Order: sequence, then structure tokens, then C-alpha cells
Amino acid sequence: MANVLVFTETNDGKVKPVTLEILGKLNGQKAEVAVIGDLADDQVKLLASYGAQKVHKLKGANLDKYSPEGYSNALQGFIKSQSFDYVLAGATSTGKDLMPRLAASFQAGCASDCTNFTFDGGTFAGTRPLFAGKCLAKVELTGPKPHFATVRPNALGMPATPVAGAGESADVAADAGAIRAAIKEIIKAASSKVDLTEANIIISGGRAMKNSDNFKILNEMADVIGATVGASRAAVDSGFAAHSMQVGQTGKTVAPSLYIACGISGAIQHLAGMRTSKVIVAINTDPDAPIFTKADYGIVGDLFTIVPIMTEEFKKLLGK
Amino acid sequence: MNIFVCVKQVPDTETKVTPNSDKSFIETASIKWIMNPYDEFAVEQALLVKQANPAANVTVVRVGSVKDTEALRTAMAMGADDAILVEAVDNLDSYSIAKALKGAIDKSGKKADLVLTGKQAIDDDCLQVPQILAQMLGMPSVAVVVGFELTGTTVKAKREVEGGALEVYEMATPCLVAANKGLNTPRYASLPGIMKAKKKPLAQYSLADVGVSEADRRVKYSSFQLPPEKPAGKKFDAMDAAKQAAVVSQVVGLLRTEAKII
Repeated sequence: MANVLVFTETNDGKVKPVTLEILGKLNGQKAEVAVIGDLADDQVKLLASYGAQKVHKLKGANLDKYSPEGYSNALQGFIKSQSFDYVLAGATSTGKDLMPRLAASFQAGCASDCTNFTFDGGTFAGTRPLFAGKCLAKVELTGPKPHFATVRPNALGMPATPVAGAGESADVAADAGAIRAAIKEIIKAASSKVDLTEANIIISGGRAMKNSDNFKILNEMADVIGATVGASRAAVDSGFAAHSMQVGQTGKTVAPSLYIACGISGAIQHLAGMRTSKVIVAINTDPDAPIFTKADYGIVGDLFTIVPIMTEEFKKLLGK
Repeated sequence: MNIFVCVKQVPDTETKVTPNSDKSFIETASIKWIMNPYDEFAVEQALLVKQANPAANVTVVRVGSVKDTEALRTAMAMGADDAILVEAVDNLDSYSIAKALKGAIDKSGKKADLVLTGKQAIDDDCLQVPQILAQMLGMPSVAVVVGFELTGTTVKAKREVEGGALEVYEMATPCLVAANKGLNTPRYASLPGIMKAKKKPLAQYSLADVGVSEADRRVKYSSFQLPPEKPAGKKFDAMDAAKQAAVVSQVVGLLRTEAKII
């Protein structure tokens, strides 16, 4: 059995779902959770119901916002005072930035963006996509412990029957240390929707969207079904959409429950970034477009007429 | 002022990837290699800094196989002054690469004022080398950067996070910045630039020269395989306007009854 620490982030005071996915998969290991700052009792209980034995709340000056050095120093001090074999976190913006820094401070290794993992005899082995998902490989860690890994949101899925842990909680005095790269300002995104990498439903537009204004028909559907809007590289490079919306090898790799591709032909680098979506719907006028080879439901037709009809159908179905 | 830009050579984005015979990596024989796309933004940023500070020297560093030196020659054709190649296998792990980059920077004898990298390499997609390298160099760093300003010895960097929000950081040089797409528009190498690049100095080291051995490996890969293929889905013809409503209604219905997703 391995001693595993799961670092969780919160969003509006709620733990990110990927933490619960990780805890569910850690059934059989000793799992504890660390959070920076405070965490409400209902969230501690939630973590406990998914298997957390203990929840450590790291509190100290200069930890109200993420900074690479502040978070890394605070967690490094805490981890040094304990004896964890592994430290896991979601492969989010913060997780992907923080874990390699933390690992390097222990001269330890980090397995990035795993889509699955096992603990055989207490030893971690992960599966992760490489080349944006064009292939998969087994990943193992070696060298000084603790070992680190990040896990892709939505990849493990929620455990069907979570096993509860004791869920004690404790405040820990944490030291952010010297922060040389200091955060001065946060500029909010235009959209308040969840990020593509964590979205449960994604609607993406391609070159056939013709311009950025036309993305409004995708936004309308997104509002109805609670989706985040994405784009292909062709659409981004043509200036129709921001790079933060790009799905594919030079954008984001995503794995939502539902991916609706509108006017996307399906270049190999786009398919690599979305092929692990659970259900894929494609709308394209070209019946031979490669996107149809990956689609569960393909509609050969014009997105400009199909999308509004589909939005109305979703409204009817959801009683909106 | 000494600027170091770390670049990686990766398979072109159009590459169809196949595992090699012992599944220890991918088949590399017929691959077209390019400079990692995110590294182009790092090179461009270095050249923009050099334009404003003509005395600056831009050194481009790469750890990887010697089968061709495309990425380094491209960077020098764009305007970098010199290059260092540390010869290594193509599937080295992030920790070893970061240690080799640090070793190469140390060995150059130049004190680094600014280190620029891409935010991730599109081959192993680890997104680790910039963070590990900054730690090893003892420098503050900001990753996934889409905005960069250098004023005197202060760097202002905009980091893109979830959903396109931006965190604005300030730090003093020496520091490390990892570039994201959108930071700038990389220039193309000019023909005279390409000719000049052939005469620019390219130092070549082994991993041992820069103090890296197999003992530095932290991550081991095996069992490379293609992802499982999905079974063929259902395709509906809705080119005819009269059929559209019925087809869409059917697909939306299937999303609930068959896929159970909505």
C-alpha cells in the first residue's frame, strides 16, 4: 500500500471534480488531500466520502492566489514533514505548472497528464497519451521519492461505488517563502464557461464557420446544453477564434462526454486532440471528411441550417 | 545580455505515428522533423529582445539526436547568433533534458540573463522542462506566456490559464519564460539568413560532457501502442433541406436513448 497525497484545487470553494476521480481510483491505497487555504466542512466531507483519510489545509501569508513559487514552497515544506510515496494532482493549468516544479525541488520525477493508473504492490504505473494522443504508452517513475503525477480531468471517470475514508481535517502552517515571480493582476476571460480541458460537453467550429460572428450559433447551442465552445486550428489561424479555444495537437487535448464538431474536416492533428471524447457528433457537408471516421453520429449537411435546428431540439428535450 | 533559447526537434504535426518493433518508442525512420511549434515563439521573442538590445547574444540550445540539425539551423537562419547541440536519444525524459540544458548553458561560459522555451514539446507533451530547468537554474519563471515586456531588468509576463484568463506576473532577470502560441508572430527565415546560418558556430556536446547519465532518468516509457479504434458510427444524409429536421431530431433522440449523454 502506498501513501498518496492528492493536491486539490478549488473553484468557488468547491473541490475540482478531478480530485474525486483520483481519490476513487486510489481505493486500496492510503489517500490524503492537501489544499491551499481554507475548505468548508461540506467539502471535507465530500473528500472523505471518496476516500480521503485526512485533509490538510495549508494556510499562510501570500497564498491567496496561485504563484508558482508560493505554492511550490508551501507544498514542499509540508511534504518534507510527512512521508508520502506519491503526490498526485489534476492536469489542470495549475497542476501542470506546479507538479514539475515541486518534483524538481525533490530531484524527483513526474508523470504528466495520465489518463489511467494502477498501484501494483504500491508501485505506480500510468498510461498516458503522447503526440497529442496519436499513441499511448505505459509510464513508470524511478529515482528519489516522493514521485509525482498529474491526471487528466474526465479521463478516469467518477467511481461507481466510492469507499469512504476517515476524513479528519487539520490546519497546517505553510510558508510561501520568497516569491520572485509575483502576480500583479488577473485579467478575467471574456467567457465564464469552464475550460475546454475540464468541459463535459464541447461544441467546436472549423474553417467552415467562415468568420468569428458565425460562432454565435455555436454559443447559443452551448448555452442550452451547458457546453464550452472550441475551435479547430484552421479556425484559429484564420482569426475566427482565440487560441485558448483551439483543440488539437498545438492546442488543447480534450476528452468530454460529448464533442460536437461543426464544419471541421478532421485533420490528423485535430483528431488527435479530441478522439478520446466519449461520444462524437460531426456535422459537415463533405461526406468523405475524415472527421466522420471518428464520429458516433455523423450528419452530412450544412452546419448553418443544422445547428439552429439542433439547438431547438435540445431545448425541447431539456424542457427549456 | 545573454539570451538562451531552448528548442526541441519534433515530428511534424501531420505525422502518422506508429510504435516501433519493441514498442519502446515510435518508428522514427521516415519522420519529417520540425522545430517544436511553441519553440518558434520563444526564438521570435529572443530576436525581438535582441532588436531592442543590439548587444544581446542569442544562443539556441537543443538536446536530441544528430540525424539532422534542422531546428538549430532554422533558429540561426531566423537570426540567433550561435547554437549548442547536446547529442541524445529522442526519447529522453524531461528531467534529463532539463539537466542537459542546464549543463549546456553552464558549459557555454556565458551567464544567462534570459532563458526562453516553448511551453511544451508536441511529442511527449509533458509540459515539464521549463519548470524543471528554472528550478535547476535557480531562476524565477512563468510558463504558458502570451504577453512579454522587458523594461530594464524587469520582465512582465502574461500567463494564460483555464478558459483564457490571464495572470500578469513581474519578475527580475535572470529569469525563464515559456512561450505559448499567440505571444508573437514568428518570422520566416530569409534566404540570406539561411546562407548566413550555415557559417554560424554550432557547438556539439555529448550527454556526458554536460554531466547527464542514465542515473538522471526519472520517467520510463514502454508499451507504445496506438489508441483503440472506435467502431464505425452512424451517418445520416441531411444535404436535402426536407430531411434536416427529421435527421436532427433522430440524432438528438439517440444522444439521449442510445448514448445516454443528454
